[in-house]
Amino acid sequence: MAMEANEIEALIKAGLPDAVVVIEDLRGDGDHYSALVVSEAFRGKSRVQQHQIVYAALQGKMGGDLHALALQTTTPENAPDFAKG
Amino acid sequence: MTNPVFDRIKQDLNENDVVLYMKGTPMFPQCGFSAAVVQVLSDLGVKFKGIDILVDPSLREAVKQYTNWPTLPQLYVKGEFVGGCDIVREMAASGELKQLLDGKGVAHA
Repeated sequence: MAMEANEIEALIKAGLPDAVVVIEDLRGDGDHYSALVVSEAFRGKSRVQQHQIVYAALQGKMGGDLHALALQTTTPENAPDFAKG
Repeated sequence: MTNPVFDRIKQDLNENDVVLYMKGTPMFPQCGFSAAVVQVLSDLGVKFKGIDILVDPSLREAVKQYTNWPTLPQLYVKGEFVGGCDIVREMAASGELKQLLDGKGVAHA
């Protein structure tokens, strides 16, 4: 089972309403994506905690339907220009 | 009722400063992400114990529950969960991994 990029984005945004989400399909197989997630929710959190917030938004799909998601998380002021909200 | 395998995990973490739960072995990683973390640790010259979760499905699930982290590999330093492949690579690139090792008194090159 694989996932569509927009499905991943929708789940993350449902969990993080303010998030800017930039997803790249690394191999075109629906199983290997990279995602940049920008949200205020990450402020003051460790990297592990930030990623756990995203995994929670993905409702258990991470490691199941979604095999590989190279994840990058940051707060708005550190977001690269292409990911400014 | 906690997972009975947790005791084994705690023992692994107590007996080894640096533990990498991975797919395959350091010599023969079976997954690109696991291989990437092995490379980071080798580049830093850090002694670590690689534990292959592919040979033990109960360990594979227990490790994910142990830290509420859904994927592998998982790196631990002095019993503390550091992260998966993304975080370890980010920390290695920024120098934070070396700082963490120094801070915990773990030898490296």
